[in-house]
Amino acid sequence: MNTFAYRRMKNRLASFAALACVIIALIPLVYILFMVVKTGAPAISWGFLTNRTVGTGGPGEGIGNAILGTLLLVFYATLMGLPIGLLTGIYVSEYGNNKVGYTVRFFNDLLANFPSIVIGLLAYALVVNLLQFGFSLFAGSVALAIIMIPIVSNTTEEALRMVPNSLREGALALGVPRWKTVLKVILVNGKSGVITGALLSVARIAGETAPLLLTAFYSSYWSSSLSEPVASLPLTIFRNYNSPSKELLQQAWGAALVLILIVLSINIGVRLFLRNRTVKRKVVKNWKQRLSLRT
Amino acid sequence: MEAKIVTENLNAYFGDVHAVRGVNLSIPKNRITAIIGPSGCGKSTLIRCMNRMHEVVRGAKVTGKVLLDGKDIYDADTDPVMIRTKVGMVFQKPNPFPTMSIYDNAVAGLRLNGEKDWKKLDETAESSLKLAALWDEVKGNLDASGVSISGGQQQRLCIARALAVQPEVLLLDEPCSALDPIATAKIEDLLFDLKSQFTIVIVTHNMQQAARVADFTAFMYLGELIEFGDTKVIFENPVKELTEKYITGRFG
Repeated sequence: MNTFAYRRMKNRLASFAALACVIIALIPLVYILFMVVKTGAPAISWGFLTNRTVGTGGPGEGIGNAILGTLLLVFYATLMGLPIGLLTGIYVSEYGNNKVGYTVRFFNDLLANFPSIVIGLLAYALVVNLLQFGFSLFAGSVALAIIMIPIVSNTTEEALRMVPNSLREGALALGVPRWKTVLKVILVNGKSGVITGALLSVARIAGETAPLLLTAFYSSYWSSSLSEPVASLPLTIFRNYNSPSKELLQQAWGAALVLILIVLSINIGVRLFLRNRTVKRKVVKNWKQRLSLRT
Repeated sequence: MEAKIVTENLNAYFGDVHAVRGVNLSIPKNRITAIIGPSGCGKSTLIRCMNRMHEVVRGAKVTGKVLLDGKDIYDADTDPVMIRTKVGMVFQKPNPFPTMSIYDNAVAGLRLNGEKDWKKLDETAESSLKLAALWDEVKGNLDASGVSISGGQQQRLCIARALAVQPEVLLLDEPCSALDPIATAKIEDLLFDLKSQFTIVIVTHNMQQAARVADFTAFMYLGELIEFGDTKVIFENPVKELTEKYITGRFG
């Protein structure tokens, strides 16, 4: 066998091995999606989406309050966690070449890999007990925000570090102050990575269960008050799955399907929005008009 | 000859590395000064000290004075941002902002600093692109991305961008090292046209380039300024033996 044929064989073998690994990695993913859709879809109806959870498995029951609860939890957690995470990431990437930066980075890595139940415990001790909020939407949002911060911060830092240094220097050399360089050049160039990180963190907290057990607790009623316990999709799944009733089990699968759909649609929605924005920008039109006026 | 920039006992460090050693140099106004020397001799670091870009690198330190029109730019009350609007810089690799159009790149310095008057922006874009000899090539295409044009055009766009903030001095850090001979010739012609309005300092690896464009040439070696003088003298009749060796290609 000549060398070339031997090399070609090695090449094919390696490509095949890589492809095989991709397929192996995809099997559980596809299987989960398939199972959730197959088992969950029959549970879904208009009433299921709009009625509240009662917990008996009766026909008029739904997960409406859990959907609302999850959306509210994610909304408030994002409101608190996203700005802090974003600014931390910017600080660590752009101003963090010092002891403070290294310390923040270290604790971020630590916090990002913390068991979420421990973060739930922290929020329980701090918000539920110490600040006397009790089990509440607010306590749950704080717990989720704490989970979100290191994820957003780490991905923001990564995304901004990918922006070539020559652009930083290019802007600074034009007499643009540091903060404007960060805001208008670095962030703009690292935009897609930053947004992807924020999305990932939203998807992550939408599915968190353990910290909510100790903070938002659970409610069978419609509730959107920050100071009251609130239902959520992951906890609905958890509670229903532990019950002996077949109907409730069915509802758990339905809730899982809804949760996946919410996360997926946030993801796809923001990606589509971003893609449209990069293609056409307002200012571009402006120049064309002015150029045609001039010539 | 009036001096635009004077360095007095200038030293620059990267951490423990002493990159520029006690340089005393005066850059004549409205002339082209070339800085030559082997790789790693501190040429780029020297010019980065002239617009306070050296200090943006972590661990960098500067001692000594750099006088711009007689005033030390390292004075405690001097804002580095102000200095950089007076002393512009073009880098080795063309670095137009990829998310901006050609037009936006040309006036980036103004727009990023909040200039919103479209008429002024239009005029500046046109005049600086003309100064950089790029206008005729891109005028029908101003809303194309700044990185969609050729490398030589990108570098001239970066020169236009630097000129748009109306600096007094233009520092060029090996601006042609990534360009082919035709693009290089265009930039050299351009520098020749610009020197009546700007004081130009160009760092170059290419001795022919220094001989072609520069009125004055400085030769650096291992962080020290070995010799500075009229380009003709440096290339034909240098005082120092080291300069002669380098010019004739016996080392470096």
